Amino acid sequence: MEIKEIENQIVEEFDNFDDWMDKYTYLIEMGKSLPLIENKYKIDNNLISGCQSKVWLHASYENGKVIFTADSDAIITKGIINLLIRIFSHQAPDEIINAELNFIDEIGLKEHLSPTRSNGLLSMIKQMKLYALVFKTKMQNK
Amino acid sequence: MSFDVDRVREDFPILNQMIYGKPLVYLDNAASTQKPAIVIDTISKYYSGQNSNVHRGVHYLSMMATEAFENARKNIADFINAKNSNELIFTSGTTESINLVAHSFGRKFISEGDNIIISTMEHHSNIVPWQILCEEKNAKLSVIPINEEGEIDFEAFKKMLNKKTGLIAITHVSNALGTVNPIKKIIDLAHDFDVPVLIDGAQGISHFKVDVSELDCDFYCFSAHKMFGPMGVGALYGKEKYLEKMLPYKAGGEMIKKVTFEKTTFNELPFKFEAGTPNVAGVLGFDAAINYLKELSIEKTSTYEEEIFKYATNALQEIDGLRIIGNAKEKISIISFLIGDIHPFDAGTIIDKTGIAVRTGHHCAEPLMDRYKIPGTIRASFVFYNTKQEVDSLVKSIQVVKNMFE
Repeated sequence: MEIKEIENQIVEEFDNFDDWMDKYTYLIEMGKSLPLIENKYKIDNNLISGCQSKVWLHASYENGKVIFTADSDAIITKGIINLLIRIFSHQAPDEIINAELNFIDEIGLKEHLSPTRSNGLLSMIKQMKLYALVFKTKMQNK
Repeated sequence: MSFDVDRVREDFPILNQMIYGKPLVYLDNAASTQKPAIVIDTISKYYSGQNSNVHRGVHYLSMMATEAFENARKNIADFINAKNSNELIFTSGTTESINLVAHSFGRKFISEGDNIIISTMEHHSNIVPWQILCEEKNAKLSVIPINEEGEIDFEAFKKMLNKKTGLIAITHVSNALGTVNPIKKIIDLAHDFDVPVLIDGAQGISHFKVDVSELDCDFYCFSAHKMFGPMGVGALYGKEKYLEKMLPYKAGGEMIKKVTFEKTTFNELPFKFEAGTPNVAGVLGFDAAINYLKELSIEKTSTYEEEIFKYATNALQEIDGLRIIGNAKEKISIISFLIGDIHPFDAGTIIDKTGIAVRTGHHCAEPLMDRYKIPGTIRASFVFYNTKQEVDSLVKSIQVVKNMFE
């Protein structure tokens, strides 16, 4: 599925919730089904800097697509990163680099986007795009 | 007369609002307190009728502004019972006050091989300036350990103190635990060795009477915005005998007596440390906040705060699985806690959605969190405009968190 389609799908899922509590309950559920990073990659080098919860992110490259796995010590953060993985994982580097990600605003999680908000949603997106760029450059240099 | 909290709340325009459709419950007072209308009006009045640069002009507005500014200094110096108002330096806040001492006192009085003593419960602002100084001077930073309750180990402190100790820098009240440190005991002992003591008073001064002459501390640092005044302004109290010998750490206008290209003579206290145009509106707002506190009477506000604090501590302790971090015998206004295994970030996100402002994270005290081997805490901090109903709202909110995560 294309990034835009997955974004729309997520927006639709969140449209079902009238109040914040259902929305966060859903995020917590999403957190529980996060594609978990392998233990050997759960190292300080793979930590995304953010001051409140820890996020480990790993990326690999298979058949022209980037595959992400992650973990966090906070469950809401895991839910948010799971949304990002649904969108970015198994996509081509160019798709990831150029994605605009309007869904965050639409599902009412914009408050998590401010640069100082310590779950580091912005840092996660930046790091994922950076991985995509690295894989793209590597392929071009081959 | 008892303390009329409903009346007092009317003084704070911000408190009367809805957050996510729920009445705001503001329990992040240790980060910054709200401002009474008198402070807001004073600042607005200054800009609409008095604005002018201080200490320089001979014209009417400048003289009026200068007079108000210097009266504020006298008033604030008097509030902490400083012997002389030239011992009160205006800064941008506690952080700058500590940095001023680290630079100006540190450069002059700290030498290679000296040790500077701090405690495990310090805010980063009272750790990092000393770390930088120690590195520069090849001095040693000694850290007083604390026990599980969050109290400093006084015996360990005694052993650290010796003729090579250059300074002790310690917080009056821990911003993360609420512990009130025995600073009078520390100062008296330090003075037996002729060692000066700096107190980080950011969390203390709004909650109880601070008398720098009685404490006999050598430096006391505090911020206006944590005591109902505006942001961006604070003060450093310093004993004249040290301030006189210290060199300025900022250079520019105001701090000079005479400038030629060959040589500059510095101005006298307190102006020597106040280079550049000061935050006049901020200082006047600070002054208004002090007057407001005086009018309420700090004896009355602290009695009421103690009541709220005890009520909150008891209510939180009754919640199954809730663990309070820091249970010092001498403790005020701040309760740091964890709910079961729930990450403070998760809990804080949900508590926010219920209209309650608490702080989550490491509270700029990472070494302290490491001491307890926790990623951070949820911190509720109270002042005199908080109510028992607000505590009840927090308890309900914590129940919501528990239902969602457990």
